Amino acid sequence: MTDVLVKPAGPARTSSRPSGLFRLTPASGIGLGVALVWFSVLVLLPLAAVVGAAAAGGWGAFWNTLTDAQTFAALRLTVIEAGLVTVVNGILGTVVAWVLVRDQFFGKRILDVVIDIPFALPTIVAGLVLLSLYGPESPVGINIVNTRQGIFLALLFVTLPFVVRTVQPVLIELDADVEEAAASLGASRFTTFRRIILPSLVPAITAGSSLGFARAISEFGSLVLISGNTPYQTEVASLKILKFIEGDNQAGAAAVAVLLLLVAIFTIVALDLVSRRVARRG
Amino acid sequence: MSIEVSGINKSYGDFVALEDINVSLPTGQLTALLGPSGGGKSTLLRIIAGLDTADSGSVEIEGVNATRLPPQKRNVGFVFQHYAVFKHMTVAKNVAFGLEIRKRPKAEVKAKVAELLELVHLSQFAHRLPSQLSGGQRQRLALARALAVEPSVLLLDEPFGALDAQVRKELRDWLRRLHDEVHVTTVFVTHDQEEAMEVADEIVVINNGRIEQIGTPDQLYDEPANDFVMGFLGDVTRLGNVRLRPHDIELALSPAVAAGTAPAFAGVIARTLRVGFEVRLTVDVDGQGETTQVVLSRTHARALDLEVGTKVWLRPATGASSVPVLGIAAG
Repeated sequence: MTDVLVKPAGPARTSSRPSGLFRLTPASGIGLGVALVWFSVLVLLPLAAVVGAAAAGGWGAFWNTLTDAQTFAALRLTVIEAGLVTVVNGILGTVVAWVLVRDQFFGKRILDVVIDIPFALPTIVAGLVLLSLYGPESPVGINIVNTRQGIFLALLFVTLPFVVRTVQPVLIELDADVEEAAASLGASRFTTFRRIILPSLVPAITAGSSLGFARAISEFGSLVLISGNTPYQTEVASLKILKFIEGDNQAGAAAVAVLLLLVAIFTIVALDLVSRRVARRG
Repeated sequence: MSIEVSGINKSYGDFVALEDINVSLPTGQLTALLGPSGGGKSTLLRIIAGLDTADSGSVEIEGVNATRLPPQKRNVGFVFQHYAVFKHMTVAKNVAFGLEIRKRPKAEVKAKVAELLELVHLSQFAHRLPSQLSGGQRQRLALARALAVEPSVLLLDEPFGALDAQVRKELRDWLRRLHDEVHVTTVFVTHDQEEAMEVADEIVVINNGRIEQIGTPDQLYDEPANDFVMGFLGDVTRLGNVRLRPHDIELALSPAVAAGTAPAFAGVIARTLRVGFEVRLTVDVDGQGETTQVVLSRTHARALDLEVGTKVWLRPATGASSVPVLGIAAG
């Protein structure tokens, strides 16, 4: 009986499709061409140009820029703050998404819309919003301007929606009967969450966290107003780049940019690897 | 008694899903809850499993009052229509899940999983993911997973509903054989009377939130308690003041009456339809508002040389089960 039910796996599917790059139909050939040109003009060429600019001063200049104490402090601050924000978002974003999907409460639809505001706002406005509540003239008496906590808060604010919005649709699509099956097999709610629900959510959490991290290391607008930009204390990488450019040091700006690029790529790849591992292990 | 359901009521707002349900299911029996969609049978099964709670009434499983127990503590195996397999776990991991939760020793889990995969014929797929299995294989996986924890009762909610006809039939036979091997008390929900009649020891017919009849497949078919049960379990037609099965009508070409048989109804054949080995006739019976359906074997029909317009006499066959037509006496 089992033999009848076996579906041909894997190979049958791939062999029916042309595998070589040059066996495209004219339509998909044009499509691929357009996509590649578009992607190159928009992304690859500018990236190559910035790497070129960074390399213009030679390896030594590149290295000197990055090992300069002030630049290094800015880079370190940026990566650490972005990392912390990503961890917090990964957890709290998932909780917010859970509440929005699973719980029924008054004002849920409104909250669902409000979640997107930090993302939709121009970041300078986000900075202004935070400044008006937590600035020098704070009505609640909290002043975070020119502190690392201020940077942390601003980054949390602008990256809030990423994890929520990637996790939410996955949670909605989860089958209730899978959780019921786990329950009838004796799994507590916590075990069900850890072994059944979480593995399904991890890819979405990672995707959202990657986006949030990328946004956090590149954040500029909201930090201009909040961070105070004090060297060694509250100066972040994006503002450091601005300083380099204002000081007519193109190569220095490009060097920091390239490093941020590498950090972003590294993080995205690392998170993806983690997500694959967790999702498989269950 | 393995499952004792008494006085269960359940409503969703104004809609009454179950009304005063009382039923006992003996240990080791394979029972079908049969009825039309929305009749309440799945709700009853979910209440037995603890996945839904009744508004009132009690559920007893193996002598333990389970009414307030969460599903985790009821020791029931539940199989869902859409498999509900854990997609990110291999076949073997799926089956092992319930045992791992119970913190059984690794060696024991491994042996038990191997034994169950053997039982459901999935041994060679142990390391595959569910997405690499067909629908029928996934449902067998779900069954093995439910059986792994050695439940005191096994509950199946339309287990073959999502499968195509061929696989359905295979799995149906297989479930019956499996039950004869394992002997766990089993309740399954279905809206397919053929499935219920073929597989179950006993059938509980549920409609509009109420139990219409409980009995063996033969009892239900031969002695239906009412119009609904009769109609749900097979084709029904009307002859005179009774409803009966089309194949329980005798057809003759003359009104001659043998001693002791019921008087015949005269009529004219309005339509004939041949389907495989049987011939279905539609007969206009004199003085009866609606037509009567008669089913004959092809050989029989050919011997009588029947065609549209032929005058015939119909009477219920001896021993035919029938129920009175509701509302006829009044109208």
